[in-house]
Amino acid sequence: MRRHLLSAGDLSREDAVLVLDTAEEMRSLADRPIKKLPALRGRTVVNLFFEDSTRTRISFEAAAKRLSADVINFAAKGSSVSKGESLKDTALTLQAMGADAIVVRHHSSGAPHRLASAQWTHGSVINAGDGTHEHPTQALLDAFTMRRHLGDLDGRRVTIVGDVLHSRVARSNALLLSTLGAEVTLVGPPTLLPVGVASWPVHTSYDLDSSIVKSDAVMMLRVQRERMNESFFPSAREYSRRYGLDTRRMALLPDHTLVLHPGPMNRGMEISADVADSTRSVIVEQVSNGVAVRMAVLYLLLSGSNVPIETPVGES
Amino acid sequence: MTSSEPNPLPVLLRGGRPLGGPATDLLLDEGAIAAIGADATSRAGAEVIEVVEADGLVILPGLVDLHTHLREPGREDAETVETGTRAAARGGFTAVHAMANTDPVADTAGVVEQVRRLGQEAGYCDVQPVGAVTVGLQGQRLAEMGAMADSAARVRIFSDDGHCVSDAVLMRRALEYVKAFDGVVAQHAQEPRLTEGAQMNEGPLSGMLGMRGWPAVAEEAIIARDALLAAHVGSRLHVCHVSTAGSVELLRWAKGKGWAITAEVTPHHLLLTDELAATYDPVYKVNPPLRSAADVDALRAGLADGTIDAVATDHAPHPREDKECEWAAAAFGMLGLETALSVVHQSMVDTGLLDWAGVADRMSFRPARIGQLATHGRPLAVGEPANLVLYDAAVSEVVRPQDSASLSRNTPYAGRTLPGRVVATYLRGRCSTAVETVPA
Repeated sequence: MRRHLLSAGDLSREDAVLVLDTAEEMRSLADRPIKKLPALRGRTVVNLFFEDSTRTRISFEAAAKRLSADVINFAAKGSSVSKGESLKDTALTLQAMGADAIVVRHHSSGAPHRLASAQWTHGSVINAGDGTHEHPTQALLDAFTMRRHLGDLDGRRVTIVGDVLHSRVARSNALLLSTLGAEVTLVGPPTLLPVGVASWPVHTSYDLDSSIVKSDAVMMLRVQRERMNESFFPSAREYSRRYGLDTRRMALLPDHTLVLHPGPMNRGMEISADVADSTRSVIVEQVSNGVAVRMAVLYLLLSGSNVPIETPVGES
Repeated sequence: MTSSEPNPLPVLLRGGRPLGGPATDLLLDEGAIAAIGADATSRAGAEVIEVVEADGLVILPGLVDLHTHLREPGREDAETVETGTRAAARGGFTAVHAMANTDPVADTAGVVEQVRRLGQEAGYCDVQPVGAVTVGLQGQRLAEMGAMADSAARVRIFSDDGHCVSDAVLMRRALEYVKAFDGVVAQHAQEPRLTEGAQMNEGPLSGMLGMRGWPAVAEEAIIARDALLAAHVGSRLHVCHVSTAGSVELLRWAKGKGWAITAEVTPHHLLLTDELAATYDPVYKVNPPLRSAADVDALRAGLADGTIDAVATDHAPHPREDKECEWAAAAFGMLGLETALSVVHQSMVDTGLLDWAGVADRMSFRPARIGQLATHGRPLAVGEPANLVLYDAAVSEVVRPQDSASLSRNTPYAGRTLPGRVVATYLRGRCSTAVETVPA
């Protein structure tokens, strides 16, 4: 494995499979009476969040704690950053505190790259979502969830629907899923598909109905209602009619097709409550898989193969 | 200091190659080119002079920059007139046009006269201030352009650079108004609504990197509109830092109509592409943004065939903290004065698109004409002002930011090997690059 996880595109197929296999081992821990491994004892993991995301932070925190790491939560919004401390000075501070890994969520695309490449810190940098760029651990947990239900993703068809333009989840999934051999189709109104999307390793479509009928998994992206004020679409209702997953559309899906959503959901907007709560929906499972996947990432980036661990896992 | 004083001793430049042609001798005396060839050699033998061995060096007329940010007054932490003009001299420039986006903005006679005076006091390079088109660069009402034109600074180029004069009526009025004193409006062509929050060239890469795109159409739409406006009212228009293939096509079309339109391109748009944004290193963040390789090719072709008149640096110094941060938080702009000639050497001369006479035309003659500078951009001939640069085209060097004379370090060429080196620059016969000859 590399030292940092900045983009899902950095992962080779071997790397990605190693993470998913390791996550499988980590997940089996959840069924044991003692859910903790000593793998990262004495190591410090900092959750550096410049943007609120309670669910992602808690997931990383739980993952690090189950590996016995010390966890520091640095909510940069409520600290000195709001008084104007720079990313650089924050990084230098964390370096001085001996951070072995920095899990960073930032509103600016590429901020984790800066942190990793600017020599301000020696720790591993894990991208926990940067601007409208990427969210690689979300893609890993999505792939993990799909793999548990569908088996090997090679040749599987995954449709990702909605605000691709602003979605870091869509970018990371497009890269990771195509690395794993899946056939990805991005669906959304033309205003919400990025210029140049034709050069991505994916198909695109403006028509949801024709895309979902042949899908093995459908991933609905969160769409902010405010986007209609920027004229990306005329109204929430029209968006919902054309690109929302409701009961009628769910009936078009093949029996085995999964429904995913990275959360938080806008029920009634991109996904109806019936669909979100249906048996096809693996949305809650995504959350619990998130901890296992993040444990695998932290373990592989930080531990090295010489650290004793009860569960046999792949080498880092 | 008194930079306008001629050098105490005449200077003989021995064996240099004017415009890259055959080697000859040049005698500089009393601030002018006093003799060329055998005449220079023989006169030099008869007088007490300083001899400079220029064997094999290319001699070009002193370069003229139409687009320099000297940051003074207001941002003396980034650059001062003194440090900026020193960098200019080291880059081969004998005249620079100082952009108006200072603090206070150069929108009054007082500010432009101050900037001119600071240039005179520093003495490295002539500083011709550019005046703002609108008060405070706000795009609301016209600045007192007449007062700036009539001032001691004798302003002829007006620009809100950094901001587009996007209001069509205001642009029309500005184009018309400056005709009274033979001025020209230099437009920063950027449709503001299409570029809100824009970070980099809009294309396949911006989508992948998750950065807000700056589409080519935002530049091209304004150029097309302004060309039509200028033609309609019979005014001159200059287009700043053209960056797209489509802009080159539009300029070719407008010039084909016989309209009085000129344009400039920056060195960085002739060499660098948007691929560099994938590093997320804000040293590559610039406005207009670095474009695609196809745009670079079109810009080079446009400069070669004269569709683009001039190379202008858009030298934009920024303090370290404004670049040592995440991309979106960083300032736009990059240094350019000291590397401009080498970048043009690599992108235009080494590629066979321009010879040295062509370089002199695009970096000295034409920009001086656009800026209406009477004593710059003159031929290398007897009786002309001794503004010239000695350039060693045979060497190549690695760019080291710490060696810059600029106060700032935001060069995009750090660590890159560029061809050529400015050996010396002469401003009215005085060497402006040798620190010891410039009185403190």
